Amino acid sequence: MPKMEVDVDKCKGCYLCIQVCPKKCIAKSDKFSKTGYYPAMDATEGCIACLACARICPDLAVKVYK
Amino acid sequence: MQLLNKRPESLLDVKMHYCPGCGHGIVHRLVAEVMDELGIRERTIGVAPVGCAVFADTYFNCDMIQGPHGRGPAEATGIKRAKPGTIVFSYQGDGDLASIGMAEIVHAAIRSENITVIFINNAIYGMTGGQMAPTTLIGQKATTCVEGRTAKQAGYPIKMCEMLATIDGATYLERTTVHNAAGVIKAKNAIKKAFQNQIDGKGFSMVEVLSMCPTNWGTRLDNPSEATKYVAEGMMPVFPLGVYKDACAADKK
Repeated sequence: MPKMEVDVDKCKGCYLCIQVCPKKCIAKSDKFSKTGYYPAMDATEGCIACLACARICPDLAVKVYK
Repeated sequence: MQLLNKRPESLLDVKMHYCPGCGHGIVHRLVAEVMDELGIRERTIGVAPVGCAVFADTYFNCDMIQGPHGRGPAEATGIKRAKPGTIVFSYQGDGDLASIGMAEIVHAAIRSENITVIFINNAIYGMTGGQMAPTTLIGQKATTCVEGRTAKQAGYPIKMCEMLATIDGATYLERTTVHNAAGVIKAKNAIKKAFQNQIDGKGFSMVEVLSMCPTNWGTRLDNPSEATKYVAEGMMPVFPLGVYKDACAADKK
């Protein structure tokens, strides 16, 4: 099953991944990270590994597995 | 489980200093991926600009040089002429390329220097604190035009691709965007073509990339991704996407 993982130490909380996700399966975390941002959260439910989030992530914080 | 998106070798594993939602990180990755795919990292020399991307030399895993404001194309010319075997790219922003560096970019195109220029257009001066840039849109607010830019006071935004397309020496000019996933794919193809032109010795190539600047556009901090709307609704009508010149395609016909 495809899944998308966020490196919470690299994520700066710009939420571009949430905006481009065609399945809208990425959510914001309600806990702030070490760097002081509310990062995006890992997505497993509904992920189709289209790589849109990985393509748009400016900080290379997204890893997509299939 | 297989990892689908490996980090490009040409990009060092260090945290970038750009603001959340900035397009520079995306374009850095695209340039690095293209360097990997074309296998040119070992012989590439990049020119970092003055502006937000001034620390690009700490992110790219290739030789880099950082020069005076706007003089990227002039430096790239020198490197390319002294070492013709290298692949040289100049990475510049709109405050760097379209204002103080206007003469350098125009004359590099006139001489048809065999270099690649990556031009990030976010319609504002980012690093210095959001002043009006030559590409700032009519009505757009900046710290030096708090009521919005007016044509009467500051003229009209400069359209670099359209302007350089009138120069015979320019080989390839394309305007792309990174505000959505489809735009990122097209931007990568354009950057790849610009580097391929240089490898084939075709001449001057420039890719303009419309990019977000959430901090200086005053986007709300809780969702910087809203800045992409301004790229789509504000910038794209003024700066239409597309290929403005492709002398290689014209030769084939």
